[in-house]
Order: sequence, then C-alpha cells, then structure tokens
Amino acid sequence: MVAIADTPRRGTNRVLPGFGLSLGFTLFCLATIVLIPLTALAIRPWSLGVGGVIAAVTAPRVVAALTLSFGGAAIAASINAVMGFVVAWTLVRYRFPGKRVFDALIDLPFALPTAVAGVALSALYSENGWLGGPLSLLGIKVAYTPLGVLVALIFIGLPFVVRTLQPVIAEMGADAEEAAATLGAAPARIFLRVTLPALLPALLTGVGLAWARAVGEYGSVIFIAGNLPMKSEIAPLLIIIKLEQFDYAGAAAIGLVMLVLAFTVILVLNLVQARLTARR
Amino acid sequence: MTRYARTPTEGGTAPRLLLIGTAIVFIVLFLLLPLLTVFSNALESGVPAALAAIGTPDALAAIRLTLLVAAITVPVNIVFGLAASWAVAKHDFRGKSLLTALIDLPFSVSPVVAGLAFVLIFGLQGWFGPWLRAHDIRIIFALPGILLATLFVSFPFVARELIPLMADQGRDEEEAAISLGASGLATFLRVTLPNIKWGLLYGVLLCNARIMGEFGAVSVVSGHIRGLTDTMPLHVEVLYNDYDFVGAFAVAALLALLAVVTLVFKSLLEWRYGDEIAATHRH
Repeated sequence: MVAIADTPRRGTNRVLPGFGLSLGFTLFCLATIVLIPLTALAIRPWSLGVGGVIAAVTAPRVVAALTLSFGGAAIAASINAVMGFVVAWTLVRYRFPGKRVFDALIDLPFALPTAVAGVALSALYSENGWLGGPLSLLGIKVAYTPLGVLVALIFIGLPFVVRTLQPVIAEMGADAEEAAATLGAAPARIFLRVTLPALLPALLTGVGLAWARAVGEYGSVIFIAGNLPMKSEIAPLLIIIKLEQFDYAGAAAIGLVMLVLAFTVILVLNLVQARLTARR
Repeated sequence: MTRYARTPTEGGTAPRLLLIGTAIVFIVLFLLLPLLTVFSNALESGVPAALAAIGTPDALAAIRLTLLVAAITVPVNIVFGLAASWAVAKHDFRGKSLLTALIDLPFSVSPVVAGLAFVLIFGLQGWFGPWLRAHDIRIIFALPGILLATLFVSFPFVARELIPLMADQGRDEEEAAISLGASGLATFLRVTLPNIKWGLLYGVLLCNARIMGEFGAVSVVSGHIRGLTDTMPLHVEVLYNDYDFVGAFAVAALLALLAVVTLVFKSLLEWRYGDEIAATHRH
C-alpha cells in the first residue's frame, strides 16, 4: 500500500529505510572501539589520586617529553604553514614540468608507513646519508638530535596543510586580486590584504591538523630522534616506556594530558576559524 | 590563441620561478629523497640479498600477519563506513554534528594513546585483565589486540570519504526508487552503491594503506613476538634495532612499494573519476 503524502508531516525525512539499523551499528562500533577505551584512559590515572596524577605529569622527564612533543609539533606546523602555502600555491597557480608527479608525491606521508618513514629519514640524515653527509660538513647534526624530531614532524604534517589549502586557492580565483590591482595596490599589499585573509581559515585548519598529527606522532620520530631522556625523548615514547615498567596509571596520566591539551587546541582553533569565517 | 593576463599576485617571471623552484626543492628534499633512500638502502647489497631478507621465516610470518589483519579490518571498515554515511548523509536527526565529530575523533588521538587505552582494558592489570587471564583468553600481545588497535586508527577513513559524497548526491534517487516499490536493500545495492563506488574505493585505498602501515598503536598491543605478533612495520623496527639494515630496508621497501602503488591508484581515481569522489579531492 502506498500512502499519498499530501501534507508534510513529522517523519517525512524517514522515507529512506535502514536509519535505525545503520545508526545503531555505527554507535555500537564507535562505543566499543573508540569511546569505551578512551573512557578507560580518562579513569585510570585517578587511581594515583589527584596529587599522584599531578606528581606524575610534572616530573621533569615527563614535562621535557611533553614540551618536545607539543613544542616540536608547533614549530613543525609553523614551518609547514609557510612551506605548505608555497607548495599549494605553486601547484594550483603555475604550470611546470612534472607537476602531476609532484602533486601525487604530496600524499606520500599519508601512504608511507610511519616506521618506514622513520628508518628512511634516519638513514637519509645519518652521517653517511645523502643529506646527513653534506650537512655534517657544515657542522649541522640532524639525526639523533631534537632537529631530527623536527624534520620527521615536518614530513608527516606537510600534506595536511597543502591538501586543505589547494581546493580553497583553486576556488578563490583571481577576481579580488585583479580588482585590488586595478585600484592600484602593490603586489605585496594585495597578498597581505586580499589573498592571505581569504585563505586564513583554511590555513588555520590545515596547520591545526598538521599540529595534532605531529603531537601524537611516534613511528617516524623514534628512529631519528636518538631518544635521550630530557633531550630528544617524545611523549608517546615515554608512555611506552612507562607501560614496559607496568606503570599503567603513569602512562595513562601522560596519555590523558596529551588528549586534553590536543582537544583544547583544536577547539580554540575551531573557534578562531569560525570567527574569521563569520567576519568575512 | 590569446594569452590570458597573469593574476596580480602571480608576479613577474623571477618571483614565479623562485616560488616554483622553492616548492620543487622542498618536495624533493622532504618527500622524494626519503622514498628513494628506502629503495637504495634495500638494494645496497644487491637484489638477491634483499629477496633473501624478505624470504626469512620471520619476515614471511610478518607479511602473512599484516595481510590477515588487513583482510579482517578492511571489510569491517567498509561496513562501518557504509552504515555511518547512510545514517548521517541520508537522514536528519538530532546530534548529527556530534556523531560526525565522534567519527573523526581517532584522527586527533595519538596512535600510542589508542594502543594504551586497549591495554588499560584488556592488559594484565587492566579492567578485564584478571578475568581474561583466569579464562586463558589473550587479547593484548595477540591478534585480537592488534585488530582492535588497527580498527581504532583506521575507523574514520571510509566514513569520512563517503559522508560528504553521499550528502552531495542528496536523497532524490533513493526516494524515487523506494516510492516505485523497490525494497530498502535493492535501493541501496542498485541506486546508492553504484553512485558511490569510486568514492568507496578511494576510501578503502587510503584505509588499507593506514592499516598495513600502522605502527604506533600496534606497537603498544603486539608485544613484538617474532614470527607471531610482529606485523611488517614492527618487523622493520626489530630488524633495524638488530642492525640488520639490509633486512630492515628490504621489508621497508616492500611497504614503500605498497605506498607508491596506493599513490598511483589514488591519482588515477582523482583524474579519471574526479566527479564521483568527494569534492575536496577534485584538483
């Protein structure tokens, strides 16, 4: 029997079947795979008591690791903001030989397993590597120093910035820039007052994604970092070390701090981005 | 043929060449050289040595485990992605944006923290640790733990690809099929699925690359038991730490090959079926 819907009524958007089943399955999967484990993570540290948690996350070695992971990720994301912008701009606006291959290569950090990236970078920057050799002649040591951590974090963050910017640059077109030029504005001024503001929301999103990825990065970093406590030891590695010592609560405390800090920064970035978008 | 005027910010020839040069040098230094290093190091002692390294029992076991993990988790991800996108993109309900945010959640969680969360539940000192031990069920340091950790990090891939695509396509075709008397399943299989097949393939491609290459999350739950719970990326680490660089880079080269194949197929899908995959990939 086919009902003729002559008046819109509640539930007209339920014409398509399978809503309950698909939503139920989605929620079941999310709960078992994502939400329950994260809840365990949020609960476990408090078995140390509030004082114990504070002591665990303010231990000098933990603070040094968190500073390196969060600070290194911020520096890498800033470098990616500039270089990612140049790369995205070049790939959208200019034609040059081999462009499609370069464009496809941008996604390499997404496709290459992080452990492979890790051993590759550490071979590349070691003293007899293709880049490490020439750099050591200049007195610059990358492998097994905090600089190596930075190189790995730039590697894995780059595609986030480029891939977020590319469609926005392509869609933006050149109309506003041309109007500004017609009115007599200099190229530098046009870039700062017209182009950059239009791209800022997308740039912020890309940088935020690159940063969030870099904060938690493990595989591509540990091979090149040298992993010296207090110096080149990242927070995820310290979590693994604590787990190996069966300090579950201590490991969970570091994990919880990382989670809370990362979510806070992402939330703030979203708010700033929403405000920027609303103003335009 | 008329030559279009350059856009103002494109600048003259010199700035343009400078920008192109900078971009190319950066891509070569930071992306191309690491990739080439893998193959160069793997073949340093010749092809036979590299092949021999891949043919050791431990390496073969790692390859088998990685394929097994992908064979189980990729289909789960497909079903999850289809269910999530059908619910989110084809229906209206309260809390939709919250659900979308939850689906994206694993992207902002460190893989190591994800692995840690499963240890806190199933590990020896975890919630169910004593019970599992009493019943002789192994989840951590065994296949189930590896599967759970892999699912956590790969969950958003297919769903994220399909939700914008399905939302873009609207509901008209499905509603027409239903009103003409087609069953829900027939509508899904004959109307929706053909419309999203390339987008689905695109998502599966990226999802599979992540699954086969996952390191941080699996590293925490696997226990690194050679020949038993070592996946290919973990085996790279084991060999590397044993100073068996030829072996490490031979297995790494196999994974890098997978990455290159993934990128080639991904680019092909973008060029050939750009209209039928999500809007953000059309460039």
